[in-house]
Amino acid sequence: MKLTVWTYEGPPHVGAMRVATGMKGLHYVLHAPQGDTYADLLFTMIERRDHRPPVTYTTFQARDLGSDTANLFKTACQEAVDRFQPQAIIVGSSCTAELIQDDPGGMAETMDFDIPVIPLELPSYSRKENFGADETFFQIVKSLAKPQARTERVTCNILGGTALGFRHRDDIQEITALLYDLGIEVNVAAPLDATPADIARMPAAHLNVLLYPETGEMAARWLEKNHDQPFTKVIPLGVGATRDFIAEVGQIIGRELQADESRLRLPWWSASVDSTYLTGKRVFLFGDGSHVMAMARVARDEMGFEIAGMGCFNREMARPMRAMAKEYGVEALITDDYLEVEQTIEALSPEMIMGTQMERHIGKRLGIPCAVISAPVHVQDFPARYSPVMGFEGANVLFDTLVHPLVMGLEEHLLTMFRDDFEFHDAAGPSHHGGHSPQPVEADPAPAPTGTDVMVWLADAEKELKKVPFFVRGKARRNTETYATEQGLSQISIDVLYEAKAHYAR
Amino acid sequence: MNVPLPPQSGGCRTAPVLKERGQREVFCGLTGIIWLHRKMQDAFFLVVGSRTCAHLLQSAAGVMIFAEPRFGTAILEETDLAGMADAQQEIDREVARLLERRPDIRQLFLVGSCPSEVIKIDLQKAAERLSQTHAPHVRVLNYSGSGIETTFTEGEDACLASMVPVLPETEARELLVVGALPDVVEDQMLGLLGAMGIDNVRCLPARRIDSETAVGPNTQFILAQPFLGETHAALVRRGAHHIAAPFPFGDEGTTAWLQAIATEFGVSPATFATVTDAPRARARKAIAQAAEHLGGKSVFFFPDSQLEIPLARFLTRECGMTAIEVGSPYIHDTIHGPDLDLLPAGPQISEGQDVELQLDRVRAARPDLTVCGLGLANPLEAEGLATKWAIELVFTPVHFYEQAGDLAGLFSRPIRRKGLLKMEAAE
Ligand code: SF4
Repeated sequence: MKLTVWTYEGPPHVGAMRVATGMKGLHYVLHAPQGDTYADLLFTMIERRDHRPPVTYTTFQARDLGSDTANLFKTACQEAVDRFQPQAIIVGSSCTAELIQDDPGGMAETMDFDIPVIPLELPSYSRKENFGADETFFQIVKSLAKPQARTERVTCNILGGTALGFRHRDDIQEITALLYDLGIEVNVAAPLDATPADIARMPAAHLNVLLYPETGEMAARWLEKNHDQPFTKVIPLGVGATRDFIAEVGQIIGRELQADESRLRLPWWSASVDSTYLTGKRVFLFGDGSHVMAMARVARDEMGFEIAGMGCFNREMARPMRAMAKEYGVEALITDDYLEVEQTIEALSPEMIMGTQMERHIGKRLGIPCAVISAPVHVQDFPARYSPVMGFEGANVLFDTLVHPLVMGLEEHLLTMFRDDFEFHDAAGPSHHGGHSPQPVEADPAPAPTGTDVMVWLADAEKELKKVPFFVRGKARRNTETYATEQGLSQISIDVLYEAKAHYAR
Repeated sequence: MNVPLPPQSGGCRTAPVLKERGQREVFCGLTGIIWLHRKMQDAFFLVVGSRTCAHLLQSAAGVMIFAEPRFGTAILEETDLAGMADAQQEIDREVARLLERRPDIRQLFLVGSCPSEVIKIDLQKAAERLSQTHAPHVRVLNYSGSGIETTFTEGEDACLASMVPVLPETEARELLVVGALPDVVEDQMLGLLGAMGIDNVRCLPARRIDSETAVGPNTQFILAQPFLGETHAALVRRGAHHIAAPFPFGDEGTTAWLQAIATEFGVSPATFATVTDAPRARARKAIAQAAEHLGGKSVFFFPDSQLEIPLARFLTRECGMTAIEVGSPYIHDTIHGPDLDLLPAGPQISEGQDVELQLDRVRAARPDLTVCGLGLANPLEAEGLATKWAIELVFTPVHFYEQAGDLAGLFSRPIRRKGLLKMEAAE
């Protein structure tokens, strides 16, 4: 047993639901108790879907156990097929049904439907949501994809988009347009918006573009092996990565590709003088492995931030994450324990967090701004406007996303100059956040000195520290304390404060 | 006259009930933890369950306000299922760790889930043992919030019922108000009762374990929530006497509820009027404002919280709506009878659910307002039906006079909004 308060991933059948809900013409018959129907609200409320997820829950009760849960499943299955007329069904168990061992897959197969029945084995007590989506998509592809000739023109499939994914809708549109510009048409994008009939056509493409390894890699590998379709490894997130991605696609199809970069604005926005103030902002990244790794590159190489720490909640990505973290000179945090992430952030006290909705809550508590870059996300992270994070427009969106939580350059300058002014005083916060700006917390992120290495701030040094604008005060305190510790000091005077400032000057 | 009169055309108590058994679209009883842990300020709810249970709690809570909330899930892993780990020992270990970290916890609920019930983890045994280990500082109880046994609000029922046997015994003639109410609402109620001279009032659940809620043969209890069937039975077993009444929603419901208590405790009509006249008038005025948008409109209830029958009574009698179907997951005559008596005959009363058939009915009826769960609300809106999500009715203060206007407002807002939005070109 493991005590959990908040989780980054749901159970694996929720992953299967993300695939089913993303697709059209597919139905999921899930052997599960009534309470598991809560999962519908993830799609209808958080993602604002205007249709019910195509899921029939058997909703067995205690009195059915031991008597007739199997029949209940068969009835539910038959009624779902009759009512919804799907092109194919997937069937499986939730955590509770897994324990009663009714074998939904076996039962459905004996029912002689004239549509494909795809059984799912999703171990609820050892795996999680991303695995569930990855495995489900893989099983669907494996059952439905048919051997066939390649299309005449060069085409590709786009793999991994699901319902409830972080910006999947817009990323797929952006990358589809980018590929079109490069003369490559999209054969099928799946699972998001694909039908079972589309899945059958997938082997006609010349290559696969894998945008979301968390939810599409198993299918990509199977298609590579069985249908001889190579797949892309670079995720086109950020300017450099998008250029690398274009080069990789070119290599696969054996043609030099030249993309139209006329709409790309991030490089100039980042080079322009107002952005000088972004230099060396310490950021902490956490989320799913793929997004964090891609975003770390953007943060360091395209925004000029300093990476204070990075990590992911999905163990499947632990190895590449550790390797990349090492290269970036930090230690990777691989955990799905929310409290551990919070402790790490508190200890590192970065100036900004790039995370999931969980880190947004951590940031709120610690008074650290947060930009959301990865699932799990909440309703406000499904914007009405077009806002991809991949491709060139995605890079533009990222610039805005990463700058918005911070105080802007010119404003930061003014704050420093007029810090005692009544309008520019500390507590005002970034002007573009209105009344809801994160209240600058007077208690700095660094907690009061405790334990063995007690560091005492002398009164005048403490007073001087107060004159430092709030958004850098936490850093100033932390740097000064680190410096003092290194110097073997136990008291901080004004002199020590300024010596530390000189020491860390960049 | 304080007691609302049954409709002339007859009520719904004897109306035929459409009983359905099919696929349901409801939460399980674990959901109750979301409001119970806010109410009982020294309690922790430890669910013994799966990742699904943890995910349900998180999704139903919607926001994560607290770094370490006073609930959590001990997630079963493969070693637990294969019998490699002794569940009882594992629970002991997790509880010991938890209580060490959270010395503020005085009551701990071990909450059963579908998986813990299917593999038959004996939480009662665990609770008894842990109670002994951690007494007197912490009291450990257990109940089931599983989806195979409980529907949504029945989780609160199971929780309160588990507390009844351990309440201290009393011989005092006291009023016990049963059902978790937001503190502000509870204080209003105590104020009203106090003004009538009824001071010996206890609440279940109490805000803290040390409060003096007790029960005995002279206890008169009244339910503040319509989903407390098990708790009702447990209190009767302890010798307490039930005061039957409609539920305190709206002016009529609140008045009838208070009147039932006043009659039992011998409050004079004059005193009753002095205390209630002013808030009643306020409630009526507030309801009238919201009712402007509700009058003449039709409403359809999906079964969700068991609040449906009392709410239908309020909407039809005080807001001028017509009920088409009133679905409730369960109907208990002792508890819902007084409200059914007052609900004007006409609507289809249904118990249980077959969600697809019910959706067919709502599409055919096209009501002006549909009260349903979060999973169905947006899909129905997309079909042009205005909806009110039922969970808000459980999370928001809606009881008694001062909230009567807010309650009507919850229903009128979706209808008003539908009227406000205009996106056509002006031409
Ligand atoms: S229905 Fe059962 S398994 Fe599902 S969340 Fe509720 S208690 Fe857990």
